[in-house]
Amino acid sequence: MSELLRLIFAPGFFSSAPVHVALLVGGLAALVSGAVGAFTVLRGQSYAGHALADISVTGGSASFLIGISPLWGFAGTGALAAGVMDMIGVRRPRGRDLATGIVRGAGLGLAALFLYWDTTSTRTTGVAITVLFGSMFTVSTQIIPLVSLFSVVALGIIAVLYRPLLLSSVSPELASVRGVRVRFTGIACLIAIALAVSLSAITIGTILSTALIVGPAATAFRLTSRPGLATVYAALIAVATTWIGIVLAYDSFTWPPAHNGWPVSFFVVALVFTAYVLAQLAGRRSARAAK
Amino acid sequence: MVNAWTAATIVGVVAGVVGFFVVLRGAAFVADAVPQGAFAGAAGASLLGISTIAGLAVFALAGALGIGWLGHRGRRDIATALVLVLMLGLGLLFLSFTTQYSLEIFSLLFGEVLGVSTGQILPLALLGLACVLIVLILYRPLLLSSVAPESAAASGISVTRMELAFLVILAIATSMTLPVVGALLIFSLMVGPPAAARSLTSRPLAALGLSVALALVTVWVAIAASFETNWPVGFFVGAGGAVCYAAGRMIAGFRGSRARPVVAS
Repeated sequence: MSELLRLIFAPGFFSSAPVHVALLVGGLAALVSGAVGAFTVLRGQSYAGHALADISVTGGSASFLIGISPLWGFAGTGALAAGVMDMIGVRRPRGRDLATGIVRGAGLGLAALFLYWDTTSTRTTGVAITVLFGSMFTVSTQIIPLVSLFSVVALGIIAVLYRPLLLSSVSPELASVRGVRVRFTGIACLIAIALAVSLSAITIGTILSTALIVGPAATAFRLTSRPGLATVYAALIAVATTWIGIVLAYDSFTWPPAHNGWPVSFFVVALVFTAYVLAQLAGRRSARAAK
Repeated sequence: MVNAWTAATIVGVVAGVVGFFVVLRGAAFVADAVPQGAFAGAAGASLLGISTIAGLAVFALAGALGIGWLGHRGRRDIATALVLVLMLGLGLLFLSFTTQYSLEIFSLLFGEVLGVSTGQILPLALLGLACVLIVLILYRPLLLSSVAPESAAASGISVTRMELAFLVILAIATSMTLPVVGALLIFSLMVGPPAAARSLTSRPLAALGLSVALALVTVWVAIAASFETNWPVGFFVGAGGAVCYAAGRMIAGFRGSRARPVVAS
């Protein structure tokens, strides 16, 4: 038994400080992303989530340029972009996708410029990789209070607006008849998504953060059609995949071909995808209700 | 510099043509995901030491078909998102195996039009021609199945097969445009100009032509500006796409409800 445990948890796993930080920050980020993701999927806003993730590259690269914590950059641009998307957004889903895409394209254009300045004006050539693909094992301990704050705010939005959000997600007409301010809840939801994206972004990277937002939630809706339960499942699946990903990445330091470890983000994404395909194959018809 | 102009012109034409159908079908997310996922193919190709465009083509096709397959069984947006992140994750893994990536990855993601070599022009032109030809041959059924799937099915056009054809066209267009404008910003070129064109005219053929023209202007301006300032070309492409869209929306709004596009979703 202990042999097996040693095989799973490579020596030094439990005493390594970077691993502790990664487990804590990664776990929090996954928890928030999973819970917020349930509403992203329910509202059919996977694309908005993905676009916010891409756009936060802009904030991340700008924050390296002016020397503040990337987390502020991620969250700031995310919230800003959420506002712009809502402003130019059209009610029809197709128009919404287009508006989302245009905002995303413009944001990424800026990101290209900022990253270019980052690499030419400073010696930090790795900025592009860090911003795009995250760096779970190099997360600094100073960031923990900020991560906790963002997590509480994002989960708070979801908890306080749970009923109106749910109603306006399932039936906007019914919600507005009942006196729910649909537009307000829509923006609040986008801001919660932006916060979740910024948390995932520092752990598995901006352009991969879609995985933690959409994947676990989509898997959860395959398992149950009850939104409350699905939210809990999604959070649990997200945390589980992140932690297993961290364990595997720690083990992979001895793996071929480079012997410097496979990226954590790769493991997390692969696990999320596998979970979804498995749930898909298990194919419960009840998941139809999530449509 | 001549290479850059030639490459950009080919890319502009293809993006304008393919983008028109992207906008018409409301396939913004897929058009966004396929290029980003294909980026992983380029990383894999550089790891194995094979041609970049082959790696791109394999991954773009695999991604497009994967989206088609998964999307058939579940919700399309989720399938797209998950296939996309899986491919990006693979790309990251490939990158972590090689050592000299930092600059190359940047140019693949954000474009490096000034680095196009003479040898790259021919495959680019051939792929572009193939893309435009397929679109021309399938023009009527593709248009009909995009605008009115039910009546297309009624007149004997297989909507699923058209969907597949569209994904394949998208994959080809992606693998050729990616090295030039970059994985993250192909999409701006494919959506900004066509969206603007569609809000300006209601006739499909005119919109198609306008979309190509706007895409060409966007890339040409982007290259000239990038050459002048030495800033990444992707920045100008992204900004240009957004400007096109904004201008189109404004002009359409100005004209009021008079010119409601017939082909609107």
